[in-house]
Amino acid sequence: MATAGGHTVKAFDEDIAQLRALISQMGGLAENAIHEAMRCLNHRDYEAALQVVADDKKLDLLETEAEGRVVQLIALRAPMADDLREAVAALKIVGIVERIGDYAKNIAKRVPALEGGGQIEAMSLLTEMGRIAAEMVHDVLDAYVERDAEKARVVVERDRAVDDFYDSIFRALLTFMMEDPAEITRSTHLLFVAKNIERVGDHATNIAEMVYFAATGERLTDRPRGADATEAE
Amino acid sequence: MDTDIVNPVVETKPAFTAAEIKMRARGVCVYYGDKKAVDNVSLDMGTEHVTAFIGPSGCGKSTFLRTLNRMNDTIASARVEGRIELDGEDIYDPSMDVVQLRARVGMVFQKPNPFPKSIYENVAYGPRIHGLARGKSELDEIVEGSLKRAGLWEEVKDRLTESGTALSGGQQQRLCIARAIAVDPEVILMDEPASALDPIATARIEELIHELRGRYAIVIVTHNMQQAARVSQRTAFFHLGELIEYGDTSEIFTNPKVPRTQDYITGRYG
Repeated sequence: MATAGGHTVKAFDEDIAQLRALISQMGGLAENAIHEAMRCLNHRDYEAALQVVADDKKLDLLETEAEGRVVQLIALRAPMADDLREAVAALKIVGIVERIGDYAKNIAKRVPALEGGGQIEAMSLLTEMGRIAAEMVHDVLDAYVERDAEKARVVVERDRAVDDFYDSIFRALLTFMMEDPAEITRSTHLLFVAKNIERVGDHATNIAEMVYFAATGERLTDRPRGADATEAE
Repeated sequence: MDTDIVNPVVETKPAFTAAEIKMRARGVCVYYGDKKAVDNVSLDMGTEHVTAFIGPSGCGKSTFLRTLNRMNDTIASARVEGRIELDGEDIYDPSMDVVQLRARVGMVFQKPNPFPKSIYENVAYGPRIHGLARGKSELDEIVEGSLKRAGLWEEVKDRLTESGTALSGGQQQRLCIARAIAVDPEVILMDEPASALDPIATARIEELIHELRGRYAIVIVTHNMQQAARVSQRTAFFHLGELIEYGDTSEIFTNPKVPRTQDYITGRYG
C-alpha cells in the first residue's frame, strides 16, 4: 500500500531501519553458515566446521538483541497497521533465522562423522540443494528489508525445488544403503543433512509468508505441498 | 431496499443487520456558514456496539457526532443536510421533540461538566424533568441505579448531598455518564470522554464503556488510537470532513484498506 512515507516521529523510522539492518545481518550470517557448512561437508574441512558451530553463538546474541528492539518498539511506539504487522513479523523472523542457523550448525557437526569411505553419489545433489536453500534465505531477507511482497512470493515457489531435491536424495541414499549396508551410518548422516536443508527451505518459506503478510496485510493462500518422501515410502 | 445515497467510503463489509442498526446517517453534510465541515457522510451505528470516530483535528468527527442528537442546533451558523435516523425515524423532522431526542441520545463531553448542584441532583435532574419517577423513592432508585451503572456509587453513596463539582475529574466524568444514563437513553455519544483524565480514571471510563455496551449504542470520538482500538467494535476514519474508511476495528488497526487511514493511524500523517 502506498503511504505518505516517513513517520512524523523520525525516531520511529530510525528504530525500524535499525531493526531491519539487524535482521538483515542475521540473515547474512545464517546464509553464510549454510554455505560454509555445505562447503565443509564437501571438502571434509573439520577445522572450518568447528568454526561454523562456534559462530552460531553470534546469531543467538543477535536474536536476543533484535527481540529486545522489537519489544521496545512495541512499548514505545505502539505501532499500528503495517508497522504493527512488521513488528510482529520481525519478532517471528528473528526466531526463524536463529533456527536456520541451528540447522547449519547441525550440518557442520556431522562433518567429522562422514570421515572415511568413498564418494557418496547423492552428495552432488545435496550441494545443489543447499545452494538453493541458502539462496532462498538470502532473497527472503532481501524481500523483508525491501518490504517486497512479490519477491517473497517467488521465494515460496522455490521451496518446491528444495522439496523435490529432498525426495530424490532420500531415494538415492536409501538405494545406496541397501546396496552397501556398511555405508548406513554415513548415509544416515547425509539424510539428516538433507532433512536439515529441507527444513531451511520451509523456514525461508515461513519467513516469506510473514514478509508477504507484513507488506500487504493479506495472507499467501496455502499452497499445495508435494507429498513428503518419508510418508511416501 | 431504500435509496441509499452513494458514498465513496470504503466499508469493509456490511456491519449490521437491519435489526441491529440503531442510528443511520445518509448523505449528511454540515456547514458552518459557508464552510462545509462534514461532507456527505453515510454510516450505520449498531445497538450494543461501540462505534469509534477517529481522525485528525478539524476532520469533522465531533461535528458529525453532534448532529446525532442535534447538538449543532445550538450553533446559529450550523446547518445540517442529509438524513439521520434513530430507529428509522428522521431526527431532523419538524415533528421531532428535541428535548426527547436528547434524552434518547445522551451525550458526554470532553471536559466533565457536572451541574453546580449536589451529586444527587446531578443525576436526578433529568429523570425529574422527563417525569420518569413517580415520587421520591423511585427517584432514589434511579439515582442509585445510574450511579451504580456508572461505577461511581461506592465512592459517593455517603456524600450524595455534596456538590458534584467537588469530585475529582474522573469521578466528575463518571457522574456525567450517570447523569446521561439516568434518563434511560438508547444511544450515548461521547466526545473525547477520557482525554482530560489520568490513566487510572481513563481505564475506569473504558471499563465502563465496555459494561455499558451491553445496553446501549455507544458512539465515541477519540484522539487516542489505542483507546479506539480497545473499546470499539467499529471504527470510522474521518479526514477533511469526509468519511474515508469505516470497518471492523480489528481490521482498521491491523490492515486498513485506504492509504490515508494507514498513514494516519501509523503516525505518517501530514
